[in-house]
Amino acid sequence: MPTLVDKIWDHHRAATTPGGADLIAIDRIFLHERTGAAALKSMAAAGRRVRDPARVFVGMDHIVDTRPGRSDQTLMPGGQGFISETRAAAKAAGLTIFDVSDPDQGIVHVISPELGIVLPGCTLVAPDSHTCTQGAFGALAWGIGSSEAEHAMVTGTLRLTRPKTMRIRLDGRLAAGVTAKDLALALLARFGAGGGAGHAVEYTGAAVAAMDMEARQTLCNMATEFSAFTGIIAPDEAAYAALAGRRYAPAAFDAPWWQSLHSDADAHFDAELALDAGQVAPMVSWGTSPEHSIAIDAALPAGPARAHDYIGLAAGTPIAGTPIDVAFIGSCTNSRLSDLRRAAALLKGRRIAPGIKKALVVPGSSAVKREAEAEGLHAVFQAAGFEWRESGCSLCFYAGGEGFPPGSRTISSTNRNFEGRQGPGIRTHIASPETVVASALAGVIADPRQIA
Amino acid sequence: MTPFTTLTSVAIPLARNNVDTDAIIPSREMRSTGRTGLADGLFAPWRYLDVDARVADPAFPLNDPRAVGAQILLGGENFGCGSSREHAVWALAEWGIRAVIAPSFAPIFKANALRNGLLPVELPVADWAWATLTIDLAAQTVNGVGFAIDAEAKLMLLEGLDAIALTLKARGAIDAWEAADRGVRPWVYLEAMR
Ligand code: SF4
Repeated sequence: MPTLVDKIWDHHRAATTPGGADLIAIDRIFLHERTGAAALKSMAAAGRRVRDPARVFVGMDHIVDTRPGRSDQTLMPGGQGFISETRAAAKAAGLTIFDVSDPDQGIVHVISPELGIVLPGCTLVAPDSHTCTQGAFGALAWGIGSSEAEHAMVTGTLRLTRPKTMRIRLDGRLAAGVTAKDLALALLARFGAGGGAGHAVEYTGAAVAAMDMEARQTLCNMATEFSAFTGIIAPDEAAYAALAGRRYAPAAFDAPWWQSLHSDADAHFDAELALDAGQVAPMVSWGTSPEHSIAIDAALPAGPARAHDYIGLAAGTPIAGTPIDVAFIGSCTNSRLSDLRRAAALLKGRRIAPGIKKALVVPGSSAVKREAEAEGLHAVFQAAGFEWRESGCSLCFYAGGEGFPPGSRTISSTNRNFEGRQGPGIRTHIASPETVVASALAGVIADPRQIA
Repeated sequence: MTPFTTLTSVAIPLARNNVDTDAIIPSREMRSTGRTGLADGLFAPWRYLDVDARVADPAFPLNDPRAVGAQILLGGENFGCGSSREHAVWALAEWGIRAVIAPSFAPIFKANALRNGLLPVELPVADWAWATLTIDLAAQTVNGVGFAIDAEAKLMLLEGLDAIALTLKARGAIDAWEAADRGVRPWVYLEAMR
């Protein structure tokens, strides 16, 4: 009867509060330098301590410089203070830090599975909305604020009301050139940015089962764009194989506990949605919310006037053929080795269009960077005209770092196209790495299936 | 946390759907690791014609003379979506907002608001632009219209309770749970690996 989320929830319930909420034990906590120091400083100011420092990890990803030879200096004015204060506070609290120059440095959601920190059936929180990415491994992983991070660190729990559950069935097979990113955008286009409505969403169906672990992370990553509490996929052999023997993971997943991690056949979900993955085309966003997404061969619908004004494109305009200034491959959505491999395969032997002012590849972690370099992917990107960087969040958001003149248009493998997300006045079109490559080659938004 | 019981104020209308936390407080306005100094950057790209020179846009509702001293904001669907930054709540609160009324909220924003004594009221916004509204949390009404709120959240707000202090009182139960869990899932506990 219970769903996977119910099973994890029930296992982790340490007590029920007088108000009827649950005290849910938290197995893993991740902080980063953008929001971590606020939680650590406030905790220290209250004279409180971390209950179990061995299970709290700190990454440096958001505002670190990604240019070669980086130090603590950031392009963001005052950014160095975030790094040094987070480092000092984390050290004082006895936490494990993956620092700027650490070989394990990277975007927290990318390094967590690399190091076996996230585990199936565990609860994992971070003051970062894309923590849901890690639901791909069958963990209940969700984003929180700084106050909740402080609460989790000090008490080992959070006070929570059980979220409603939703099952999203993704049947069929993704067509060639169509990826998990396109599927995530198609869900947003179809059901809206509020479609998840605070539910814990379990993704199921043949299309999900067929995905490798990195594609599953891409799918779960955008559960927060869907306004879900989180996204999760029941762990299977692929999930266990990806984690077994990693530094903080067990050597093998052979205890009975691991076998119980699935929704029962007759499990009740509060809501159900379905989408035929076989019908999905490469998608690209046209406006200022991820729900403003359309198939690459479609024309802009009539949306909110503000969105059309900001993006500078009228209803009825075909999205393909729109000239772009910047191409970016990176972010916790699409910066893993498989993303870079697919992008490089399309780029090999080609050069980006002369009109592109900047083209950037930023690996999701230092480990991804090393693996990609061992395969020679960096050389393919560089020969094509892309810059090859150190790992971090980079252009995914504007931390006062690398800017472009207002009105510049980017094609970006990231997850948010909000007004100003990549800088004041920047117009962001989110898409798969394949579509970013196709567009960088053409100089205009272009369909990756036409160069494959 | 300041208790929230009743609140009477003019309601500032911000009739947009999917207002995200990057819009509420842009990354470049978060200049320190603290929780203060944020009100000036609240809605900066919308509120100022020139962000750097801080030239106010008279068309933006927060700059309307009727907004002076107002404590209620009316929002659209999926208010507070996007980044988990609690700074969005801190900025609203520092500016003076104590309640946001919107048809729906993004879950992280809602949780952050509740932890800071800022009441998220889930209601389809009626014809309330610039109206004077009275929110009664105990009765769960806005000008007599009922709204739903989680029992735990209501209790915490009404009493102005500190969640951490409260949870620490349940330490015995948490310790007992953990002791049992160590038998079931020993791999979760990493101190031995350090
Ligand atoms: S890559 Fe982007 S979305 Fe992901 S954690 Fe970094 S800033 Fe957030």
